[in-house]
Amino acid sequence: MDLVVNGVEHALDLDPRTTLLDALREHLHLTGAKKGCDHGQCGACTVLLDGRRVNSCLILAISQQGVPVTTVEGLGTEREPHPVQQGFLDHDGFQCGYCTPGQICSAVGMLDEVARGWPSAVTRDGDDGPLDDAEIRERMSGNLCRCGAYANIVPAIAQAAGR
Amino acid sequence: MRTFGYAPADDVASAVSLLATAPGGTYLAGGTNLVDLMKLGVATPDVLVDINRLPLHEVTRLPGGGLRIGAGVRNSELAAHPEVRRSYPVLSQALLAGASGQLRNMATTGGNLLQRTRCRYFMDATKPCNKRAPGSGCPARTGDHRNLAVLGASEHCVATHPSDMAVALAALGATVRVAGPDGERDIPVTELHRLPGDTPQVDTVLRHGELITSVDLPELEVARVSAYRKARDRASYAFAVGSVAAAVHAEDGVVHDVRLAFGAVAHRPWRAYAAEQALLGRPATRDSFLAAADAELAAAEPLRDNAFKVTLIRNLVAATLARLTGAGR
Repeated sequence: MDLVVNGVEHALDLDPRTTLLDALREHLHLTGAKKGCDHGQCGACTVLLDGRRVNSCLILAISQQGVPVTTVEGLGTEREPHPVQQGFLDHDGFQCGYCTPGQICSAVGMLDEVARGWPSAVTRDGDDGPLDDAEIRERMSGNLCRCGAYANIVPAIAQAAGR
Repeated sequence: MRTFGYAPADDVASAVSLLATAPGGTYLAGGTNLVDLMKLGVATPDVLVDINRLPLHEVTRLPGGGLRIGAGVRNSELAAHPEVRRSYPVLSQALLAGASGQLRNMATTGGNLLQRTRCRYFMDATKPCNKRAPGSGCPARTGDHRNLAVLGASEHCVATHPSDMAVALAALGATVRVAGPDGERDIPVTELHRLPGDTPQVDTVLRHGELITSVDLPELEVARVSAYRKARDRASYAFAVGSVAAAVHAEDGVVHDVRLAFGAVAHRPWRAYAAEQALLGRPATRDSFLAAADAELAAAEPLRDNAFKVTLIRNLVAATLARLTGAGR
């Protein structure tokens, strides 16, 4: 099967049962996306699929041939981090770091959803103001952090949102 | 995970014929529930017919009014659709109350309807469960049933349907359009899911090979003033322990039209016809709302640990209708 990851095409010979997460980690050795719960409950495996954030543990690799995948490795570099990565650095948005790549990919996808005008469960009609903390918390609720670094993750994302 | 054949389909007809010849197969849409159940050994299809390439990704206006939602429209896109937000706010709110941003980006309209119960005995392949292994028994009746059914259950199964979206669709009186080996048919969404009876392994009235192609929303004036209210064990990203979808039109303090459906209380999204009947023509007051809820909940048969749901739904009905009508206490 052909997977397109971070702009590079890869021809892989995989068992059809292989999830996108396992294809990335075990076959392409891109270990940024993490296997947390492996059931779509923690968000550690979040990547961008055609620009949309998704749980890569619940997606069969075979079903995403030719669809552009972006992992945390494809977002920025050490010299030029993505604004969301810079936000996490500036605000110390992590402790152990295990959930961090998923948090970062999720935040990148989430900020794009906000730019499209997509509402969340806490959005009120006609609410076009800056992304407040309640919005960030609700929109990021699919990413769990067992260290409880939320207090710094929220300002990290707020900074990337330009607040 | 048991291995399977993978067959991507390009159009509805080829998807239907591919599955018609695979009695142990199933359709793959967003996969957010199916792939998980395959990992758990609860779902063991031998063929997956991938329907993601089917041209079912549009929301279009129906000629006579109303909206046609393609079965492949993602939950996130449907929730954000301007016409849905304007004319059917209860549907947008229900979608946004469910799952997470990541899951809503994959989950589809058709797949959301066909997701399986999250009853923990069903999800655990080492436990008896009449829905997963017919005749093996139901440990939930005496075991962990805090979040299981209080309406329409049977001695064989007390599972609930977990969808938020489906509760809104039930209140709106949506129609599910289906294509199958024997042609097309329309099914009211309130009749799509069955009650468990003595065959809880059968979730819906769909026959093997039938494919949901769209969900049609009728033009519905009352839906413009509508809301979804969900109670759960944490602030976000959790299944409902009880929910209410409501639409109401009150004038001069009298209820002229009302739609109500309850979630997380039954094997299907529970359209509350008795409550609606009890409210029509009645004053739009908290007392009427509570009496209407009681009319529906009189049929409740709670188990040892879930009687709280009856009170919860009663209060959600009153609070939601009070907010929509501006009724005081």
